[in-house]
Amino acid sequence: MSLLALSNVSVRYGRLTAVRGVSFTLAEGEVLFVTGPNGAGKSSLLRAIAGVTPPAGGRIDFADHDITGRAPEDIARLGFSMVPEGREVFGSLTIEENLLVGTGMHASTRGWRARAASELEAVYATFPVLKERRHSQAGLLSGGQQQMLVIGRALMTTPRLVAIDEPSLGLAPNVTDQVYERLIALRAERRLTLLIVEQSSTRAMMVGGRMMLMRGGEIVLDGDARALGQSEAMHAAYFGYGEH
Amino acid sequence: MQVVFDALSLGSLYALGALGIALIFGVMRLVNFAHGDVIAFCVFALLWPSVDAVAIVFAGNLPWFLLIPFTLAVGAGLSVLSEALVFRRFRRANPATMMIASFALGFVIRYFLLMLFSSRPKSISLLPGLSQPVEILGARIPLLQVITILVTLAVLVGLTAFLRRTRFGLEMRAAAENFTMARMLGVRANRVIMGAFALSGALAGAIALILGSQTGTANIMMGASVMLMAFIATVIGGMGSLAGAVIAGFALGAVATVMQVVLPPDARAFRDAFVYGAVILVLIFRPQGLLAARGTKERV
Ligand SMILES: Nc1ncnc2c1ncn2[C@@H]1O[C@H](COP(=O)(O)OP(=O)(O)OP(=O)(O)O)[C@@H](O)[C@H]1O
Ligand SMILES: [Mg+2]
Repeated sequence: MSLLALSNVSVRYGRLTAVRGVSFTLAEGEVLFVTGPNGAGKSSLLRAIAGVTPPAGGRIDFADHDITGRAPEDIARLGFSMVPEGREVFGSLTIEENLLVGTGMHASTRGWRARAASELEAVYATFPVLKERRHSQAGLLSGGQQQMLVIGRALMTTPRLVAIDEPSLGLAPNVTDQVYERLIALRAERRLTLLIVEQSSTRAMMVGGRMMLMRGGEIVLDGDARALGQSEAMHAAYFGYGEH
Repeated sequence: MQVVFDALSLGSLYALGALGIALIFGVMRLVNFAHGDVIAFCVFALLWPSVDAVAIVFAGNLPWFLLIPFTLAVGAGLSVLSEALVFRRFRRANPATMMIASFALGFVIRYFLLMLFSSRPKSISLLPGLSQPVEILGARIPLLQVITILVTLAVLVGLTAFLRRTRFGLEMRAAAENFTMARMLGVRANRVIMGAFALSGALAGAIALILGSQTGTANIMMGASVMLMAFIATVIGGMGSLAGAVIAGFALGAVATVMQVVLPPDARAFRDAFVYGAVILVLIFRPQGLLAARGTKERV
């Protein structure tokens, strides 16, 4: 049984169609990269799953629930944790407060305080920089530190699936390396399912897993990241050679 | 000395009013012009409906330990109700539409009061024990002023503690900064917005109690003048910044009181014109407000 299933999902902004009839499934524990050029509709796709931009058509199932058109907080509560494009830290809150915002959703369950505390320690163990600066304002962190913070913040909700939109955005290559290193380690530790959006296929080829290529709101290729990344078809599709 | 207390107690009113506006603006980008009418409603909720000049005090006769919670609850209740019945339908509307909806709601509340009580101001005596003076550093200060200032300080300390120390307070601060992101972390939009309206309404109740006992009258327009100043305080303070709203509220109170003293007697009648002039100057030099609101993203 798949964790996430989209069938024929489309997203519209007024007259503009950003995502056209996309269907795919993602199994528990899988890593899926969604790549594609600017304006391909990658972020729109993620936002549709997260419930921020409700889909104009189609159906989305997550963790055995039909989540089409559900509110973002309900989808998050089912275990879908989103790290949006541009990271969106709460700049005026401290780092620790940023991490704690998402633990509220478990507050009705018994022992959430203890669980939040142990989650906090786990995140600090993965990202020691965050612990060092736990009481400073999150807006003061560097881009790389903010990226670690928002990944940590997503983990604090004890999610089943983490979706990350362009984790490398605005980061130096060596900082991106560090971010991916942690992600890969986390995935192994927690059996996380990952859905990562990146513009280029380089990271996907380094990490491995499954890759989809989006263009013009549609999925044009879907397969093994390393195999696809080296293929002629990938390059042709990415730049749109030979179309029309 | 008297001037200091006048300034502080007037500033307290403005600060409480500004907080009530800023709280709601923070979570939903709504400038709630109905706030002043919620204040008036709270005062009239203490009376029995009648069109006579002498008020038939009803709940207003309760002992203080019941009167205060009752008034705060009326404010919170009306405010939450207005969210559930009116503003919820406008969540995705643009700020101008919501603002107009709040004007309309304010008029509905005002005319509802008008219908039950007529437009004639009524004299009431709320908490009469508070009108006697106390001696502070050689000055005779009305006890009510002292209490107004103390209550405001207590509210500020309590609200800060609530926002900093509790989970719900944390969620409210996160939502005020970036509502969509907070929702993606499982923060329930409806609860946060309701909470903001409840707090804001309770603050309106507090203002109602202070105003009612200060002026000894219940007047349908009584919320409006405080509200205008409070609204200006939120703008000067930087829309959505709670600390800015409070500071600007006190500053406005101080400016108004000082002008009352230093302006030549002939010009005193135009005091408010001078205050507004000062406001324009502030906005020319700091259009984003004294404390610019935090990088606020889209609403819901
Ligand atoms: N809020 C919006 N309102 C209107 N149009 C939008 C909005 N967001 C995205 N679009 C449009 O939808 C299309 C897809 O945008 P989207 O952001 O999903 O692409 P993307 O693949 O994430 O691109 P990038 O790699 O640049 O982040 C684009 O044409 C974009 O202009
Ligand atoms: Mg994007």
